[in-house]
Order: sequence, then structure tokens, then C-alpha cells
Amino acid sequence: MNIIVCIKQVPATTQVKINPETNTLIREGVESIINPFDENAIETALQLKEKHGGKVTVITMGPPQAAQALRDAIALGIDDVILLSDRAFAGSDTWATSYTLASAIRKIGQFDIVICGKQAIDGDTAQVGPGVGEFLQIPQVTFAVGIEMNDGVMKVNRLLEDTNEVVRVKLPALITVVKQINTPRMPSFKGKIKAKSATITTWGAKDLNADENNIGLKGSPTSVVKIFTPPPKGGGEVLSGSVDEAVEKLVTKLRDRKVC
Amino acid sequence: MGIRIIKDKCIGCKVCVPVCPTGAITIVDKKAVIDLDKCTLCGACPSSCKFKAIEITKEEAHVVDKSKYKGIWVFAEQNESKVQGVAYELLGEAQKLAKDLNTKVSAVLLGGPDIEGQVNDVFAYGADVIYLAVAPELKHYSTLPYTRVISNLIEEYKPDIVIFGATTTGRDLASRIAARIRAGLTADCTGLSIDPKEKLLLQTRPAFGGNIMATITCRSHRPQMSTVRPKVMRKAEPDHKRKGEIVRVTPKIEKKDLVTELLEVIKDTTIKVNLAEAEIIVSGGRGLGAPENFKLVEELAGVIGGAVGASRATVDAGWISSHHQVGQTGKTVCPKLYIACGISGAIQHLAGMQSSDIIVAINKDPDAPIFKVATYGIVGNVFEVLPKLTKRLKELRG
Amino acid sequence: MEYGFTEEQKMIQELARKIAIEKALPIRAELDETGKFPWEVVKSLAEANLTGVAIDEKYGGIGGGVLGYCIATEELSTVCGGIALAFAATGLGTMPIILFGNEEQKQKYLTQIASGKKLSAFGLTEANAGSDAGGMQTTAKKDGDHYILNGTKQWITNGGEAEIYSVIALTDKSKGSRGASAFILEKGMPGFTFGKKENKMGIRASATSELVFQDCKVHKSQLLGKEGQGFLVAMRTLDRTRPGIAAQAVGIAQGALNEAIKYSREREQFGAKISTFQAIQHMLADMATQLEAARALVYSAARAIDSGSKEITKLSAMCKLFASDVCMKVTTDAVQIFGGYGYMKEYPVEKMMRDAKITQIYEGTNQIQRNVIALELIKEMAAKK
Repeated sequence: MNIIVCIKQVPATTQVKINPETNTLIREGVESIINPFDENAIETALQLKEKHGGKVTVITMGPPQAAQALRDAIALGIDDVILLSDRAFAGSDTWATSYTLASAIRKIGQFDIVICGKQAIDGDTAQVGPGVGEFLQIPQVTFAVGIEMNDGVMKVNRLLEDTNEVVRVKLPALITVVKQINTPRMPSFKGKIKAKSATITTWGAKDLNADENNIGLKGSPTSVVKIFTPPPKGGGEVLSGSVDEAVEKLVTKLRDRKVC
Repeated sequence: MGIRIIKDKCIGCKVCVPVCPTGAITIVDKKAVIDLDKCTLCGACPSSCKFKAIEITKEEAHVVDKSKYKGIWVFAEQNESKVQGVAYELLGEAQKLAKDLNTKVSAVLLGGPDIEGQVNDVFAYGADVIYLAVAPELKHYSTLPYTRVISNLIEEYKPDIVIFGATTTGRDLASRIAARIRAGLTADCTGLSIDPKEKLLLQTRPAFGGNIMATITCRSHRPQMSTVRPKVMRKAEPDHKRKGEIVRVTPKIEKKDLVTELLEVIKDTTIKVNLAEAEIIVSGGRGLGAPENFKLVEELAGVIGGAVGASRATVDAGWISSHHQVGQTGKTVCPKLYIACGISGAIQHLAGMQSSDIIVAINKDPDAPIFKVATYGIVGNVFEVLPKLTKRLKELRG
Repeated sequence: MEYGFTEEQKMIQELARKIAIEKALPIRAELDETGKFPWEVVKSLAEANLTGVAIDEKYGGIGGGVLGYCIATEELSTVCGGIALAFAATGLGTMPIILFGNEEQKQKYLTQIASGKKLSAFGLTEANAGSDAGGMQTTAKKDGDHYILNGTKQWITNGGEAEIYSVIALTDKSKGSRGASAFILEKGMPGFTFGKKENKMGIRASATSELVFQDCKVHKSQLLGKEGQGFLVAMRTLDRTRPGIAAQAVGIAQGALNEAIKYSREREQFGAKISTFQAIQHMLADMATQLEAARALVYSAARAIDSGSKEITKLSAMCKLFASDVCMKVTTDAVQIFGGYGYMKEYPVEKMMRDAKITQIYEGTNQIQRNVIALELIKEMAAKK
């Protein structure tokens, strides 16, 4: 099986703090990690490879420091990695990113399945997976919580709001995975040694024969107008008194506000 | 095109430096300098500069003639031939936007033959027009057939704005359509408005796990597309006398689109009330102590007609199924009332519920982070508080 | 703080810390309560190649030596001494095979342990033979090509969970110190069963059980080293594994110190954070200094062993003695700094104090360590004449 995994290097968004004076997000100093959902995607790929044989290639689009995410992937047991990096890619929204990733996948050649994490924890859009599927003209199955492969046909269990759906899809196909699909393995020492000395193949816009109208800022239909921090939720009150008293106060307030 | 520091305006205050996720900004001789090799043009720094000294300019490719695009479309998501609540919320919002744009609201309704029965309600909640596509292959949602039908519709009728509920279906579908027709799509919006000068749709949505809000526009491409978070917009009062125009569409179903086959739908029988649609959610965390104690949460939820939610810790421990999980890796909810029982309030959980209208926290640890976001808090033992709260509410409701 | 680690040692530290925080921390309280074995953590340690940290690359390990083993043990112990012990005790069962195994035994057993497929344990102690190991009563009677083992080993860490056991038994009582031999036994061998699992004061996530031998027939190919080398195997093993227990003690103490500092910055009394009180500051300073000294001694002993030095007995005993005494003091002081809250199970330090005690007792009581050190000193001085 030829498996391609798309990952993103993201800041650990649970670590970011807000500067109270300027009301801006302090992203500096926050650890850069492989997007957690992409760790599940890598684990899914490794398990498929262990069961069915084949090759796993991990690709990522980002600035030069995104190479560290690829090294982290090598430490997990991935053999082949490719970094898509070029100033021309900067400012890409999800449309341009999907185009760029798909161009790279086409350059890699034959593949059976593309695996992506459900969404990146910085952008939180969940749009790139389906976008890549569209550019590659292959079917997509999103929110996968379980996968079974048999004779070139894949059965996927999807985790939806209140139900699970089992669908069957012919390969090649793209799937996006949710956290509940598996527990990512630990990086190995031997993997880390390999990762340290690995040379990371880097492709730029020219290597992909990318249409300059479809990449980076120019290729992005959406624009960011502004970014602001939401007003802090505070202003709450802790209801004092005995349990009975506190409960009574709560019930009164909730009924006054007509919520229950 | 790109990013530049307007040197006349920059005073070297350094506020922008820690805002950059790649550390691309340094201050040299009291002016900010951006390392273009590190800059990803993510857009974080311009908003942080009080002096408007950072500018990102963009040259647009594939520009369309915007004057040809008119109208606001709402994807009327249906499940089991019943239109979902989020679609009605969106129709309500679309009507408001339509007033600012002096235009009409249309619903796009795809389904099997029995979907026709939904048409009256769709008009009642605010659609002026319904584009109706009926085919047996459209009875249950499937990405490729739906994408083709709607992309063709958009190409033919050229709407200015198309919005979807940010449900699993909506997000799966909208992303595919946007990629196909080269439209700008903004995900999981919590606010929509029309910029009065340029008549552009301003789409506001959370990012960074809810730590920031971003306002996005789509200047040169049409339609402007958004997926909208359920339970944020308000349904209008339904007017069952309302009538509208039905445009019947013959859906083009291509065999090559039918490569995904639905084998089975497994309902989660532990769910009594749909979490995403719920106005009230009662959630349980590790503080419940043991899986049996979810009973207390369920009882309270039952009395006030709420859905049952859960923290990731309880789901991971196998106390309740993952359909109930609220948080960064679970569901994002926005009910009128969220009652967190024995939940400490880890950031990953808050990301999933902090935009709820009223948050009530019950926890025996006064320092639990949940109290920072709670509207009302009770510091106490869930085993004491919950039964009393349930009893009192039961009495009052009669 | 920098300790002159190589790149590889830093990787070992990073991996062990990641596993400690992501896998051990969420379950340590539950395992302390239930005594369940931390198999999930062992699985992660295997994925990370840490189960082979002290095993040569030739057998699938990563050749990290005793220092690598100490680094990993210390990181895990900072989160939970009990969970760390499941990992560290395997080192104890593996060392006899590393030191005395023939090529065939090494190929078979070390590869299994390195891959994390099987855990190991060391069976020396008996009900009547603790400090006085020579008083052991488990016998291994030669019978043609086999040895028949009879007897009971007590308080064996990983007993019941491990599959590979290095066991010391008497082959010829009349020969005194040359009367014992070492064997490799496997779980499932007929006549080899396990007794009750102990209900302990601390390190409750680690399994401690009896090994029971009833006419357990073992082929002579399972003999480790030569007949009569049993006590030598034990002594040489302990010389090299004591730094591991010392590292466990350092880790537990570090965990307790971290909690104490954090708490002192939050707790307010008399209108100020208690971290501003000199009494607390002096306690923290003493705890940290003693801990740093213990750590230095552990790394020093580990480095000496890894360098191939033959004179490691004294240093090894010293680091175990010092680190475990420091650990007991630091954890007790940590509980003190927490005050009443420190006594409550909801706060993590009372567990750390309970976990600490055993480090002063097992792998040779601190009284025995003092004996060992004194004898070495006298021996050294005598040799100088």
C-alpha cells in the first residue's frame, strides 16, 4: 500500500497565554508540535503499513522550521518525508494549501490512500483534507474513527454527532481521522537517532510546477481582516452559603433568566 | 504584495514580537523588521499593532465579476428526510443579512422523494425560494453527489453568499464545494454581518482552540461561503402562512460519484437529547468519581430537558460513549445553559463550551479553572449538590 | 540544569519524561489505590526503545549503559516511583544475564527484554534471608541434565508479571559462599508458581510477590555462569543496579520538591505566600541542595560503571545509601511544607513519602550499605600498606 499523510506543524494552542495589557496572544515561546490529529493520522498509516505492507510518506507545507515536524514523524517510524517550503506559499488559506499539497501528492506518484487529521488546532477549519480530496479527484471519508482494509476496498467507521456510520469506499481515497481512532505510539530512541541525521527533501513552487495564481497569498480567496482576543468570560459569581442555600440561589437565578 | 512595516508609524514598542508564531519579527534600531524566510503571512501581527504600522497587501488572482452574484443561499441540511434545526437558525440569520443587502434568501434542499414534505417549514422559517433537487441517490448525504448538484446550482444561479451549518455534514460538504468552485470558505463562524461600505460578508470565527477570534472576508471571489456554528444564530418565529417559489432542479447524478456506499448507521442509544441541538447541557467530569454516578447527571438533565455531556477524561476512562464528549477533541457546543459537574475546566474542555450563554460550575475545588468562566459557581460536592438541585427544579416545574 | 549529557542521553531523558508525563501521570493515583500493574506505560516504554536502554545494540537494545538506565528511571520516578519500578526492576533481572549469560542465553533473553515483549525480575531474597542472603534455603539439586528447584523467594518485584527470572539457589550448601548458583527461569515452567501479591505501604503500582518452586525441573542450559558462582552473580549485579534504585530515589525526591515549591507559591497564610517565609525557604534550599548532591553521586557512580572501572562497589553503595536517605528526608519535608493538606490523599506528596521509604530498605538495607562501604574503605587502606 502507498500511503500519504499530510501533517501540519502547529503551536501547542493549549499553552498560549494572553498579554493582559495589549490583549494579544503570546505565541512566542510556545512549543511547536505535530498537530495532535495528525499524530493520529500517522499512527493510522503506520498500523495500515504494519498490517498490509507498503510505504508511508509524510508531507507538510510550512516555513523551514516545519522540518522539525517531519523529523518528529521519522522518530515515530516514518521512512519518507517531504517538506513543501517556499516564500511563495506564505499566506495560503485552505484553498491554496489544498492545491499545494495535492500538487505534491501528484508529483509523488501512485498512492492508495491519503490520510489527514480532522483539523489543525490553530486554524480549526477542517477544510484542507476535503480540499486535497477535491484537487486529487478522489472520494473523501471524514471523521474516521475506525478503518478496515480488504482487497483494495476500505470500510470506514465515521464518528458523527449522534451516530456512527459505516461506509465502504473504493481506493484511492482520502480520509480524515478523529482522535478517538487510536493512541499514537511513542517516538522511539532509534527513530530519534535516525531523525537527527536525516536529510529532509524540500520542494518549492518550481518543483511542483505550481501555478502562481493558485498558491500563497495570491491564490487565497479568503483574507484575514482582523484578529482579536475575545473578551474574557469572567464576571461570574460563586454562590455562597450551605448547599441548600446555594442551590436555592442558583435555581432562582436560572429561572429569572428563563433558562429552566 | 506581501507584508511590510510602515517605518513612519512604527515606534518599536515590541508588542508585535511575541505575537508571531514563527518568531519572524525582531526590533532593529527601534523599528520592527520581519524575516521573510520565517514569515508565513498568517495575519496575526497587523491586528496587534496599535499604530497600524504593519500592512499585508494582497494581489488577487482569478477575480470574478461580483455584480453577477446575488442572493443568500442556505443549505437546508436534512437527516432522515427531516430538515435540521441549524438550517432554520441559518434562515433566520440569512433574513437579517438579506435586509442589509436588499436581496432574497434561498434554501437549497436535496433529498429523496419524501423530502418534499419539508418544503412548507422551510418557507415558514424564512426562505423566499427553495432550490429543490430530488433523487433516490440524494436521500442520504453523500459527499460527491451532493457536491456536484450544489456546485452546478451555484454555477448556474450565481449566489452572492452560501452558508451551511458547521455540522459533520456541513463541514464535509462545504469544503469540497469550495475547493471545486474556487470559493473562499470560512469555517465554524459565530458571527456574520455585512460591511456597510463594501457590502462584503464579514465572517467572525474562533481559532487557536478558541483563544482568538478572526474576522475573515472574501474580496474577489464568489460566492462567499461559510459554515456556521449551530445554536449561535436564532431561528426566526416561523410564519406558516409564508409561501415562496420552488425551483425544481433535475439533479445530475454521475456514476463515478457513487463510489462511497453507506453500509450501516449505528444509533447511539445512550443519547436521549442531541448534544449539538440542545439548549441545555448537563456535563459530567472526573469529579463524579465513578461511572455509575453519571446517573446524577442524567437525572438532572432529564428533569430540565437537557442533553448529557462529558469531559474527555470520563470518555477515555470508558464511563460514557464518545458521542457525549465536549471539548477540543470532542464536540463544540453553544447551549443557553451549560452545567459542568465535577469538571475541573482544562483548556481543552473550555474550548468546547466556553461560548455557552450561561455556565454553571459545581466542583469541590474552589481553585478549579472552570470557576473562571462560570457565570454561577457552587463550591461543593457533586453528590450533595446535584440531587438537591434536581429535586428543587423538579418541585418548581411541578 | 546541565549534567554533561550526550545527545543520546538527552534523547533518553526526553523520551522518558514524555512517557512519564503523558502516560504515567494521569494514572498514578489510580494505580496507587488499586495496585494494578502499569502495562500501558510498559508498552510506551517498549515503543520508545527504553526497555532496552541498558542492553547492547547487538541484542536490540540501545546501549545506553547504567547512566542511560538511571536517567530513564529518574524521569519516571519524578512522576511515580511505583510505575518507575516496573521498569527499573527489569534492569535488576536483566543484569545477571548481561554479566554472566552465554551467547545463546543473551541472544534469547536480552532480545526479548529489549523489545519490551517480556519483563524480567531478580529472585534472591527469602523469608529468612534478607540482609543475610547467605541464609537462603532454596535449593537446586542436580539431577542428570537438570536441576530441581525447591523453595520460596519473597518480596520479588515484578513477581508474577515478569516472564524471565534470574534466581539464586543453593546447589551445594557445604561450600558456603561458593554454594549457590544462578539460573534463568521462565514463567510457566512446571513447578514454578507465584504466591500472594503483597499489599504494600508504597510503590503500590509495582507488583511484589512470592516465587514458589516445587520440584521445578530446569535444564542445565539455564544455568547462568558456572555452578557455585551464585553469590558472585548477585554481588556483581547489585553493584551495577544500586545506582538505578538511587536514581529512583532521586526522582521521587525531585517530584516531591517540585510539588513543595509549587504549593508554597500558592498557599497564603498571615497575608503572604508561604514561599516568602524564611523557614520555608531554608527548608527548600536544604532539600534542593541535598537532592543535587545525591544526583551528582548517582551520575558519578553510573559513569564509573559505564567506563568499565572495576572499583565500583563503594561508590555504588554510597550513592544508594545517600540518595535514599535524602529521598526520605525530602519527601517528609515536602509533606511538612504542605501542612495538613500534605497528609491528605488528594494531594500527591503523602504518596511520595510512602514510596520513599522502601528505597532505604531494598537492594540492600542502608545498614548493609554502610557495612559494604566500611569494608571497602578498610580494604583500600590495607592494600596501601
